[in-house]
Amino acid sequence: MSRQRVSSWGRLSDDEHEIVPITSASAAPEILAATAPGVARGMERSYGDVALNRGGTLWDARGLNRFLGFDAETGILTCEPGVLLRDIQATFSRQGWMLAVTPGTSVVTVAGAVANDVHGKNHSTRGTFADHVVSLTLVRTDGTVIVCGPSENRDWFEATCGGLGLTGLIVSVTLRLKRVPGPWLLAENIAYQSLPEFFSLSDESEAEFEHVVSWIDITTDGGRRGILSRANSTPSPHRSLPRGAAGVGATRGGPTVPFVPPFSLVNKVTLPALNRAYYRLQHRSLGSAVVHYKPFFYPLDAIQEWNRAYGPNGFFQHQCVLPRSVGLEAVSEILGLVAASGQGSFLGVLKTLGSRTPIGMLSYPQEGVNLTIDFPNLGASTLALLSRLDDVVAQAGGRLYLAKDARMPVSLFQAGYPRYAEFLKYKDPGMSSEMSRRLLGS
Amino acid sequence: MSAAVSKGSSSGSAGARGNSGAWPTDVVVVGATSAIAEQCTRLWLEGGASTALLIGRSASKLDAIATDLGVRFPAATVTTLVADLVSPSSISTVVAGFAGPGTPGAAAGAGLTVLVAHGSMTEQEESQASLAAAASVLEVTGVSPSLWIEACADTMSAGTIAVLGSPAGDRGRRKNYIYGAAKALIEAMTEGLQHRLAGSPLRVVLVKPGPTATPMTASMPQKGLADVSAVAGEIVAGVNAGRAVVYAPLKWMLIMGVVRNIPSPVFNKLNF
Repeated sequence: MSRQRVSSWGRLSDDEHEIVPITSASAAPEILAATAPGVARGMERSYGDVALNRGGTLWDARGLNRFLGFDAETGILTCEPGVLLRDIQATFSRQGWMLAVTPGTSVVTVAGAVANDVHGKNHSTRGTFADHVVSLTLVRTDGTVIVCGPSENRDWFEATCGGLGLTGLIVSVTLRLKRVPGPWLLAENIAYQSLPEFFSLSDESEAEFEHVVSWIDITTDGGRRGILSRANSTPSPHRSLPRGAAGVGATRGGPTVPFVPPFSLVNKVTLPALNRAYYRLQHRSLGSAVVHYKPFFYPLDAIQEWNRAYGPNGFFQHQCVLPRSVGLEAVSEILGLVAASGQGSFLGVLKTLGSRTPIGMLSYPQEGVNLTIDFPNLGASTLALLSRLDDVVAQAGGRLYLAKDARMPVSLFQAGYPRYAEFLKYKDPGMSSEMSRRLLGS
Repeated sequence: MSAAVSKGSSSGSAGARGNSGAWPTDVVVVGATSAIAEQCTRLWLEGGASTALLIGRSASKLDAIATDLGVRFPAATVTTLVADLVSPSSISTVVAGFAGPGTPGAAAGAGLTVLVAHGSMTEQEESQASLAAAASVLEVTGVSPSLWIEACADTMSAGTIAVLGSPAGDRGRRKNYIYGAAKALIEAMTEGLQHRLAGSPLRVVLVKPGPTATPMTASMPQKGLADVSAVAGEIVAGVNAGRAVVYAPLKWMLIMGVVRNIPSPVFNKLNF
């Protein structure tokens, strides 16, 4: 055990925590009992407070990073909770398998992916991470061990997938990987000039492409143009792997933001230029190309510690899903509010989510359109803007993504996640985080 | 005559990590359950080694690692061996078993790399408090690895013998001199073996990893601890290249160069 300062990805806080290593699954019950209350931490890629517990215990199972078994016939993999998605992708893409669902960074643990029930660029066809989980093993702080899955202890499974690490410590995960012809994708970039154009392009793309996502230029002309990327897996046996594609040990490579600058590099002065430059850069590469999965799935993993660029005060990410029926109007309204505020974002992501109901009681996706925007933390003015955006989300009947949230009001949480009361029955009383105290009362 | 014989990096993961030196075909890892050793084994198999023999004290820990490696590298042959790492007779039996005449290790010739990685992480206060504890640290961390490399040098005719020393062996400090003394013993052994084997096809590599983030150091402040997979990457590159001494990360070579050269009157007033 040691006291260490821990920040999450948004770098909005930097508080001391008691870090308690989980040395093995079999030792977990004793460790949890001795050090509860607490919550598990992974790679701290959540933006807000889901994996923070100021002054208290953070269980660290990142050392449990071994594969426990793989069936090369069915693609079913069992692994320890601290295995990184990066390691899974690198190891199995060589054997013709990959994760069916992956978020936009591969530097997350498999247990973190379950606890936040992450989704990717293929939600319409593949659902969320939990849709590919076969079984989970949980250890509760009272020593109970629960094995759950889609057909075994289903209620525990629904509580745990997207359950913010609050139902027990995940000590093993069994997943079904997806057959792929290799690590390559045939990807296409298309420019759009208006939101209606985005929607029609997105619908058209989803009929033919598994992966669809778009970057939207938030700062130019009130936010209406962007680049839509779509891709399918493709065999391309004659290509050699790019540098650093090897997986284990491939932690270096790519530039790092080497220190925290005294102010946010992303600000009113730089943003319009950054956005225009990025648009032009992408515009030059319109059309189709065979690309490795890394730059397509994980473009930001190439710049290590990019979150430092937002300066010492950190940043907020506002990620919401809005029902499709009001999506166009609500997205326009949000973009209008952002433009009027002058607080913009370099990272704007617009994508549609499919109709599949997620497994988890607190899983994020719902049918509609997802809009993600980053804001450097300027204090009260940023919070005021975010609260205006919340109003649009609430009115539209949407919800915010808990993995990104650091400040949503309880009312918006309860409206967006109506199963929260059911979830509380499964919450481990010995598990508590900043987020659980803020939104769930304990 | 300047023939362009180098063909650039071929496809495959080995090229991803600066393919310096020869990649082993067979690796033997003594103390295979240490985090650094485990990462090195992953890298060697990933780079193309076809067999790994994992030697350690705990069957369950060895099995967990072998299972993981089997999933990662289904084409590789991974075997485990539970052995007494300290007893001289056990050491010579085990080394004869993997590198003696007629063994696959002997057949591998220059393709065989042995990494001796075990040691004891006992705290200085604990080993200072009792001579028995100090003796145990000196034996497990110093004498035993030295005997392993001596036995390998006597048995192998080609290949690479690598052993984990430590920057702590470069100069005794009040905070860890018993551990440091054990590591210094290894250093003198490797120097002697390098001298003895100079010009032979058998290479001896002394590896000095700096403080690394591993399960053993999980309860220490993490600031300044190197990432274990990055450290393993440097170790594997240095061992493959057959360098005499490998500091990982390299900065420890500079730091210890300074530390070694501080005059004693000054050094003894410093608290680190």
